[in-house]
Amino acid sequence: MQVSLREPKKIMKLAKLGCFHQSKLSFLRSFLKEFKNWKYNRDLFDLDENGYGRAVYSFSKNKRIYSLICFANKIDDTERSDRVIATKWDAAFTLHDGIPAKKDLDRLSNNVPKQEVGRMSYKELTLSRANKSVRIFNHVVECLSNGKQPDKDKISEVGYLYRTTAVYGSGKFGLADRFRIKNRNEIFGPFRLEMMLVYLVRQFTFDQVNHIAKNKNPKKAITLDENICRNLGIGNSTGLGMAPFIVNHPTLLNNWILARETVLKKIREIKNVDLKNQNIFKTCLKKSLGNISSWSTESDFQKKKILNLNEDLNKFLKFLDESNIFDKNYAFNEIYLWCEKNLKDECIEYIVSMMMEPFDDIVEPHIYKMSSDEDKYFTIPTDRTVEDLRSILEQKYSDILKIDFSKTNSNKNFWFISKNKEEPRLADRFIDEGSDLEQPLAIARDICLLYSRISNKKNSLNIGRFLLENNDLRHVIRRAFITEKFPYAEIQDNTIGSELMAIDMLRLKLSFFGAVKFDPRSDKWLRISMFQGAPLPQDLKSFDDHWIYNSLN
Amino acid sequence: MKSFSEIDTVVKRATKGVGFNWGVAEEVGKNIKLLEMFGLPGLKNLNDYFNSLKSKKFQNLTFISNHNQSKIPYCPIISGISFLDQVNELKELINIKIENMSYPILFLPFLSRASEVIGKKISFKFDENIFLFNFNQNIYSNYFSNKILENAKLTEINFIENNNTFSQEEWDNLYKLSTNTFVEESDELKKSAAGAGLTDND
Repeated sequence: MQVSLREPKKIMKLAKLGCFHQSKLSFLRSFLKEFKNWKYNRDLFDLDENGYGRAVYSFSKNKRIYSLICFANKIDDTERSDRVIATKWDAAFTLHDGIPAKKDLDRLSNNVPKQEVGRMSYKELTLSRANKSVRIFNHVVECLSNGKQPDKDKISEVGYLYRTTAVYGSGKFGLADRFRIKNRNEIFGPFRLEMMLVYLVRQFTFDQVNHIAKNKNPKKAITLDENICRNLGIGNSTGLGMAPFIVNHPTLLNNWILARETVLKKIREIKNVDLKNQNIFKTCLKKSLGNISSWSTESDFQKKKILNLNEDLNKFLKFLDESNIFDKNYAFNEIYLWCEKNLKDECIEYIVSMMMEPFDDIVEPHIYKMSSDEDKYFTIPTDRTVEDLRSILEQKYSDILKIDFSKTNSNKNFWFISKNKEEPRLADRFIDEGSDLEQPLAIARDICLLYSRISNKKNSLNIGRFLLENNDLRHVIRRAFITEKFPYAEIQDNTIGSELMAIDMLRLKLSFFGAVKFDPRSDKWLRISMFQGAPLPQDLKSFDDHWIYNSLN
Repeated sequence: MKSFSEIDTVVKRATKGVGFNWGVAEEVGKNIKLLEMFGLPGLKNLNDYFNSLKSKKFQNLTFISNHNQSKIPYCPIISGISFLDQVNELKELINIKIENMSYPILFLPFLSRASEVIGKKISFKFDENIFLFNFNQNIYSNYFSNKILENAKLTEINFIENNNTFSQEEWDNLYKLSTNTFVEESDELKKSAAGAGLTDND
């Protein structure tokens, strides 16, 4: 039986993309699998009694070494801010290519804590900073120094000791350009080095908290229980800076979504699902319920989604118990079709992620197809014709062409780069200044304009000639020809309309990272958790691949 | 050192900042990154060109013919965009002259990318400087300066037919040497090779 890929027009709607969950394809999970046979080491741990100083952690294999360099600093409570405009953090980190020499450490100690205003070199691969969850961190120090383990319920409320507020890579602030390292097999999957940084930072947080407790009360202090450590991740506060990424990298976006869709299609095409795989699916599903019950948020938007997810999952579990669905051929196709008919998007996408759990053989090959050589598709094929372009727009953008941009609500917002922090922001076109400096992220509006411009042009006119008078639409002509080749390259929605929920864009990207417990703090930023439940470095050689459902929280 | 990613981003924004549209700005970002990767002074020339926009006028060369002349210097960016967009038609012209081209270094990446689009090498000459564009894989040149070049009185573009750089005789000689690695096949092996024993008309 052949199952079709799900329609891009249906999948690429923001409300749908904003319901995506982590899966076996997620970058933090594939990172751990890739690096499980690498040697982990803590090379330097030079902190004072208050936990300030520097530390170095590394992963090495054969002659390749990646070193995380940590700088822990004293800051006042009044200086601590998760906003991107902050200038001081509890700790700052960089991932260095190789073993850092003393002069590298000295150079980096002057630059890494400054983050955006510091300068890195081509020897550094990623850059980040993090703040303590002060309430939890202090509670853990207090308990450990008094010889007690911390209150599990209390730390469950947060799920991490530190949260990062940015993780930079790919040439930012002087970091190594992607081309320098792109041929390394171990980092073929996207964001591998960003994931490595976050994972090693997690270990630093445990070592730091143990170190401070020990110094506070050397005779009585104990170390943080390893099972508690495994259930702690790293938090992250993410704002609009992340949103334009998925618009600015269309072929990459396509490759992420196409991997997910192709895996789903192949799973739906399995005729007989054996008992072992049925059980993995059912076990992961049941264990994952713990992640949902511990998913806390103040956001009404997210609360409603979680409530719907819970209701739908109970409905689904009842269906699974009563239907004997696995007695049928193509059981996962039957399950998927039932979900489509009976459940909301949040739960449908949850179950899609869960379906992948038993099928390493299907999922793994797609992990290596999730990067993209974007420059290859940059040049516009100007020998093509207006007829070709019209056909692409009508086929690939049919829903977008229905949007009426003469309405105020369709044009409500504009994207701009803030002057003070050089970060993307969203503003109201009819209230705020600056729409004349709008970023080219209003793809739907510009595609509609392009369609109207070609309406009276001859079919045979080539694109080179059309561009002579229409160069202002060059950016969307380029995209249209990319979308022709890459069906999931384009968000099929209006990114400047009054109904826009920018956090849907963030959630899409974060789900591919492998983040869980999305906690929107407004319609423009959210908190998440990464690596919660993940194996510790000493567990990497042999760990449960479904660790993400092991969380006790 | 600035990373190429930073160069791309800042150049793209600066190009929009001086008044070009976003689509053109994207092209210029990629182009300056390309020049800098090839070791040519792209950013330096672009910066000077953008500064000169405050006090000088430049002509947009939108439709390229085999001989292009203007009293006002041509904008290298719009000239380059036009060349890239029209290259499939222009390649029939074999030779194109553009007089009074400002900042000719900024025109180079468009030629390099055009060479890849049409699958032909392109040569570009002005003054004593010669550039050969090899399918956007590299730029071969006798130009090693890190200076700003404000203007080229006459530039000449040639499309180079896909010919080998060596003679048939040289090829034959090398081929003969390569046969020294071959092994004579036995009659028995010849009989069992692919297609053996069948007629091609069955």
